[in-house]
Parts: sequence; structure tokens; C-alpha cells
Amino acid sequence: MITFDHVVKRLGGRTVLDDLSFEIAKGEIFVIVGPSGTGKSVTLKHIVQLLQPTSGAVWLDGEQISNATGERLERLRERFGYLFQSGALLGWMTVAENVALPLYEKTTLAPDEIAQRVQEVLQMVDLADAAEQMPAEISGGMQKRAALARAIVRRPEIVLYDEPTSGLDPVTSRTIDRLIQHLNKDLGVTSVVVTHDMQSALSIGHRVAMLHRGRFVEIGTPREFVASRCPEAQQFLEAQYITRRGFWQEGGAR
Amino acid sequence: MITREPIDYPVDASSWQRAQLALRQGLSELGRAAVMGARAVSGLPSLRQPRHWTAFLRQMYVVGIGSLPVVTVVAVFIGMILALQIGLELQRYNQEVRIGSAVMISMLREMAPFITGLILAACVGSAMAAQIGTMTVNDEIAALEIMSIDPVVFLMTPRLAALAILAPLLSFYTCMMGTLGGAVVGTTQLNVPWTQYVSAALDIARVKDLYVGLFKAMVYGLLIAIVSCYEGFTATQGAVGVGAATRRSVVTSFLLILIVGYFISRLFYF
Repeated sequence: MITFDHVVKRLGGRTVLDDLSFEIAKGEIFVIVGPSGTGKSVTLKHIVQLLQPTSGAVWLDGEQISNATGERLERLRERFGYLFQSGALLGWMTVAENVALPLYEKTTLAPDEIAQRVQEVLQMVDLADAAEQMPAEISGGMQKRAALARAIVRRPEIVLYDEPTSGLDPVTSRTIDRLIQHLNKDLGVTSVVVTHDMQSALSIGHRVAMLHRGRFVEIGTPREFVASRCPEAQQFLEAQYITRRGFWQEGGAR
Repeated sequence: MITREPIDYPVDASSWQRAQLALRQGLSELGRAAVMGARAVSGLPSLRQPRHWTAFLRQMYVVGIGSLPVVTVVAVFIGMILALQIGLELQRYNQEVRIGSAVMISMLREMAPFITGLILAACVGSAMAAQIGTMTVNDEIAALEIMSIDPVVFLMTPRLAALAILAPLLSFYTCMMGTLGGAVVGTTQLNVPWTQYVSAALDIARVKDLYVGLFKAMVYGLLIAIVSCYEGFTATQGAVGVGAATRRSVVTSFLLILIVGYFISRLFYF
């Protein structure tokens, strides 16, 4: 379980996270939505201590991650996979080398075992044919999938997704959504997803939370979220042409 | 996480308080850069791994072969300029036969490591800051951290080792090329015979001058690697931030080369 305990984060005199407290259960797909600049990615980065809170704490299964250092932090981070918005693939390595990197650097697996594991995850994200291509030679959607393959190659318990569908066409976006659901259902992976894409959020999320000015103004199941009276949440939904009536008629959410 | 978070000035801070905070931030960054350098040095045993060894060889190629043409041209022309300017003065006293000594001692003690340092800071250091800076703003460094791969050991150690090894070698090469350039001017314009030029150059060269020059170059190499990688790792705010980090890396390296060069000379010669 991931727990945020009264987390405050100030950056350059601005309060980005304002006394944020919430919990994410094991095996849950927790989706954070909200306008740009409200602290969604900052929240995600606190979970793996890429940022440290100004005050408050972040816990993982009763162990504080926000003050962890050295080997303890390394051990905690081993439980995570992280899909960055940009993919963050290393430009001088092929797709397969990028995916194999954490295995070469942090495990004692033999090269043939690594190759087999890499092949498996690349097939899972439908990129087996692009294994020997450089990141610059493949499309944005393929880069995202390659980055996802790298994030899951060590079989993490928790995967954090930062804007997994941004900049992608609807078909590729739904492919990424299905992958997130597959990892959750079949492998029991806990997922925290940051997105602007409400179609995606309502389709995959077990719970959806709306971050506004560093605080959650709405949090609930997709059904509860769509039915919310919260003006910020309603405005966000309507901006993407999702109304309580229209969305449910189309049957887009669980 | 290796980040440079913006300074959180109190809203009502006076100019004096802001200056104090900025100074504290500057000292803190100096300390962090030193710690980062120490971390990179402590990672040197990792170069025994084949994958890291390959990265090291790649950096050796970038630093050594990549900067060789520029170093050659600059060294030859610096040697020629030195020979021309000093030679004209020596000619007034009929001492132009000593031009070989003058060029050799200037190159060996100061000019070769200094020129090599400047070229490496401008060509290699700036590229390192830009590359690592781009990786930082593209979250590639954060991705390495999530994978529990130490970005300092993974990226900085091969660069630091390559610069520490190749800067002295390039400095020696610069010295030879500069002396050769001086010889061209000496023999063609000052009418000093080639054998006399070489003899004068070799007579003045002492082992101490050689090792002080090489030591200086090695220190410059280490400084360039630390400054450039630190600036890259702490780059923020996209392309503008990468540009600023690159500029800071070059300016800081230049200043450090001048300041540290003076103190090393003072240490060994006074």
C-alpha cells in the first residue's frame, strides 16, 4: 500500500502539493487527473523519491520511502517500474539494449536469460520486430511501448505511468490502456496513472482522483467521478465532451 | 535525485538576505559537485565490466580522436606565434638561436596544458554538459535512478577517466606540435638551423617541467569532467536550461583552469 501522509511540496516559493493525504491499495489502478501544472507528475515523483516532500511523508507498506537513502532506497525502488511521459529511452542504445539495461546492471542473470526475458516483454508490447532499432527510428507510440517494456522487465509490483497516452493516436492510446489493464489483471501489478485523457482514466481506473491546486478535490470510482458535483471535475469532464448522460450511454466506463 | 531546485526566497527577503541565500546555495553546489566527483572516482572499478569498459573506450575516442584536429591546428599556430613574437625580440640582441628554448619552455610549463584545457572545455566539456543536460530534462537520468543505476557511475565515471588519462597525453602532443610550429618559423623566418633549434629546445626541457605540465593537464581534465557533468546533471527547464548549463560549464571550466593553473605553478615553482 502506498500512503501519502500530509505531503507538502514547495518549489520556487510555490506550493505545488498542499497537505496531500491519500492511500493506494495493493492491486489497484489509481488514476490522477487534473489540469497542467497542478502537481500530478510531482505527486508521482514523490512515490519513488525522485522528489522529497518539504513536509509530510510517503510510505510504502509501512516503510517510509521519502527519507530512504542508499541500499534501502535502492531496495524500495526495485519494487517499481516507471513509465515517463517522454519514454526516457537512452538514445545511443537499441530498443532491446534499453529494455535489457536494468537486467544487465542490477541482476545476475546470464546473457541468454536476459535476451529471453527481453524478447518476452517486447512481444508483450508488440515490439519484437523493432528490437534492433534505435529509439530515434521508431514512432512516439512505439517509444512509449518500449519504455513500458523496460519498466516491467524486472517484474515490478507497482508501475507508475506519467501521461502514458499523451501525444498518441486513439488506437495506440487504447493499446496502452489494454496493456495497463493486462498487467493489473494478469500479473497483479498495482498501477498509478497520471493522465489528462479522461476516456482512458475512466476506462482503466479503479479509482480516479482530481488534483487541483495541490489537493484532491474529487476522488472515487469512475462512476462516482462522472456523477461528481465538484465543479473542477465537471469542467474537466465537459472539456473532453464527457457528460454523465453521454458517457454512460456510450458505455465507455466500467 | 540529482536536481537543482529553485531557491525558495522568503517573500519579504531583502537584497542582503537574497545574496546570503545565493552564496549558501553556491557553496552547497560546490560541495555537491565535489561529492559527485568523489562518487565518480569511487566508481572507477566498474570500468572492469565489459559494458562500462566499452563506454569508457567510446569516451576515449570522443576526447582523444575527436579533439585531435583542433588541438593540432591550435598548437601549431600558437607555437608559430610564440616563435615569431619572441624571435623578433631575441633577434634584436642576436640571440635568436635560443628561440627553441623559449618556445619549448613556454609550451611545456604553461601553454600546452592551458591550451589543451581550454580546447577540451570548449569542445568536449560543453558536449558533455549538453548531452547529460538533455538526458536530465528528458527524464533519462531519473529513469536510470528508478532502475537503481547510479547515473554518476554510469555516465560520469567513463568521461572522468577518459579526460584524466587523455588530457595529459593531449597536452604532451600539444607541446610537441607547438614546438614543431615554432621550428617552422625559426628555420624559415629567423634563419635558425633545425638542429640548433632542436638542441636548444631539448637542452632547456627538464623532467620537472614535463611532469608539472602533465599534472596540470590531468587536473584540468578532472575539473572539466566534474564541472561539465555536474552542470548537465543539474540542468533544468528544457532547452533553455540545457543551453544555460552548457554555457556555465564552459565559463566555469575556463575560470577554474586559469585559477588552478596559477596555484599549481606557484606550488611547484615558487
